[in-house]
Amino acid sequence: MRDETTLTNHLMDDTDDWGEKRRTVLDADELILNMGPQHPSTHGVLRVILKLDGEKILGTECVIGYLHRGVEKIGEHRTYTQFAPYVDRMDYVAAVSNGLGYCEAVEKLLNVEAPPRAQYIRVIMAELQRIASHQVWLGTHALDIGAMTPLFYTFRDREEILKIFEKYCGARLTTHMFRIGGCQYETYDGFEKEVKRFCDFVEPKIGEYEALLTTNRIWVERTKGIGILNGDDCKALGVTGPVLRAAGVKWDLRRAQPYEAYSKFEFDIPVGEHGDTYDRYLVRMKEMYQSLRIIRQAIDNIPEGPIMAKVPKIIKPAVGEVYHSIEAPKGELGYFIASDGSTQPYRMRIRPPSFVNLQGLDKMVRGMLMADVVAVIGTLDIVLGEVDR
Amino acid sequence: MPDETKPNGTPPDLPPTADKPAAEAKPVAAKPPTTSPAVPAAPAAKAPDGGVRPPTASPAAAPKPPAPPPKPAGPTPQPWDDDFTRGLKKVYGSGIRETSTYLGQAYVVVDAAIITEILTLMRDDEAFDYCVDITALHYPKREKEQFDVVYILYSFAKNTRVRVRTQINDGASIPTAVPIWETANWLEREVFDMFGIRFDGHPDMKRILLPEEWKGHPLRKDYDILKQDQEWVQINLGIESGQ
Repeated sequence: MRDETTLTNHLMDDTDDWGEKRRTVLDADELILNMGPQHPSTHGVLRVILKLDGEKILGTECVIGYLHRGVEKIGEHRTYTQFAPYVDRMDYVAAVSNGLGYCEAVEKLLNVEAPPRAQYIRVIMAELQRIASHQVWLGTHALDIGAMTPLFYTFRDREEILKIFEKYCGARLTTHMFRIGGCQYETYDGFEKEVKRFCDFVEPKIGEYEALLTTNRIWVERTKGIGILNGDDCKALGVTGPVLRAAGVKWDLRRAQPYEAYSKFEFDIPVGEHGDTYDRYLVRMKEMYQSLRIIRQAIDNIPEGPIMAKVPKIIKPAVGEVYHSIEAPKGELGYFIASDGSTQPYRMRIRPPSFVNLQGLDKMVRGMLMADVVAVIGTLDIVLGEVDR
Repeated sequence: MPDETKPNGTPPDLPPTADKPAAEAKPVAAKPPTTSPAVPAAPAAKAPDGGVRPPTASPAAAPKPPAPPPKPAGPTPQPWDDDFTRGLKKVYGSGIRETSTYLGQAYVVVDAAIITEILTLMRDDEAFDYCVDITALHYPKREKEQFDVVYILYSFAKNTRVRVRTQINDGASIPTAVPIWETANWLEREVFDMFGIRFDGHPDMKRILLPEEWKGHPLRKDYDILKQDQEWVQINLGIESGQ
């Protein structure tokens, strides 16, 4: 088995044979504990090998790859159009963002731009997806720490977003909503009204989540001062998204390098101070409100016009390479595509935010207690489908 | 929606003379996706592909014939010449092989021997404090330096991106970037896992996504999963044909 040797070496540190000469119960040596891959709080199949001194964590090692499907290799064997649905399966709770990043990267490679109406539709959908993704995060994160109610609330309200998605494109999770060059579908009748109604519906609901948690004593005790990662560490580790912003770095790709129509909207970038789990919670809660703000502006100003740019039926970009990234709910999601002038990418590299952010786990939990690992994995908001690809 | 993937989506508009090349092109166009991941075949198939496609591209887009002409005149790399690149060239001379931009994205191609110096300079003097990604590309047909290693860097202060690129031989190793950016740790492990490129001085150079005992490095273009499958059957099941 993978890494069995590492684990057994640790286990056998001061034994000369397996099972023989085990440490006595009173021995206060280091303990190696295996968490996952079937642990409910690892959000999928993540295995963390913990080195413990009592309850204190001395070090961790992540074992990943259980969900590896070779998405990058598949990308080299599909045409540009065929590959689009595959990216939805990486971060499967934010499929719209994945598809958006991919379509934009190929558009960049083709040197075309989606028409304004398509850009607005994309922004609305991507922001709805951001709220849905944050709702999944909040529900599961709270459940991990012991607050069960938010899970029901968030999933109930997320359903409304999925209904909009289903009405628009027929799918709820792996939506494949956008196409290279724009959108496949025009919005359905009453779309604007329904999205507006949703915004009015969900705004007080976010307040409900906050009422349950923000000043809840157990929640505060479990999250304040836990898993601190300061701004410099975040930059060195390449950690992006809400984790970086909670550390006080005001950086959001939607503002720093605006794509789509984001430069036309007013929104704030919420930042934290301490870079702990509680701040990350606050940042994500505020982000949901900002997403609603963007959606409302987009709905009010959505232009008329075509939804598809002129792209050839057979997509054959010129020889060259581009890197394009977007602000996905989890952080910077980038696509590095190398074209050799054929219908298939020569190299399709995906820079997943979850994979890079997970690397910060070790620094965040060192010196913390074992129970905090669960809180920190939750606050990193990883999706193993994206970590392993 | 699947229509746009098919090259034969617009047959009614085809002029009769264009039927032949289109018919020829169809199997070629359909082949690469359906063939198994026998990679060496793909570049080989691309050569005739490129030859056949231009004539078929125009009948495929029959309603608007002017579509193909702008394509060859598509974007090309532009030289990137400013104080920074001139300074680099002054200091490192021929170590800097190319400085260009493509579609507005800047990149520098440097000698593998000076990669650590360049990356350190990028972080310390040019404020590229965030290493976005490290990845590689495999070009098995090259005589030497079959691998390109690409570092994508970002500067928070300047809000710019740059790609540093270097080329190494198959089997050669490259100095690690972990002392420069901690994030390089997992990214380099992934490059090793997928391409077999070793990073000297890396604290934990082992596979990350695939199991330890995995054979081969999947993102190399010469990686043959079928051969491995057969080998496994031969060894473990004792079936000579491997199937």
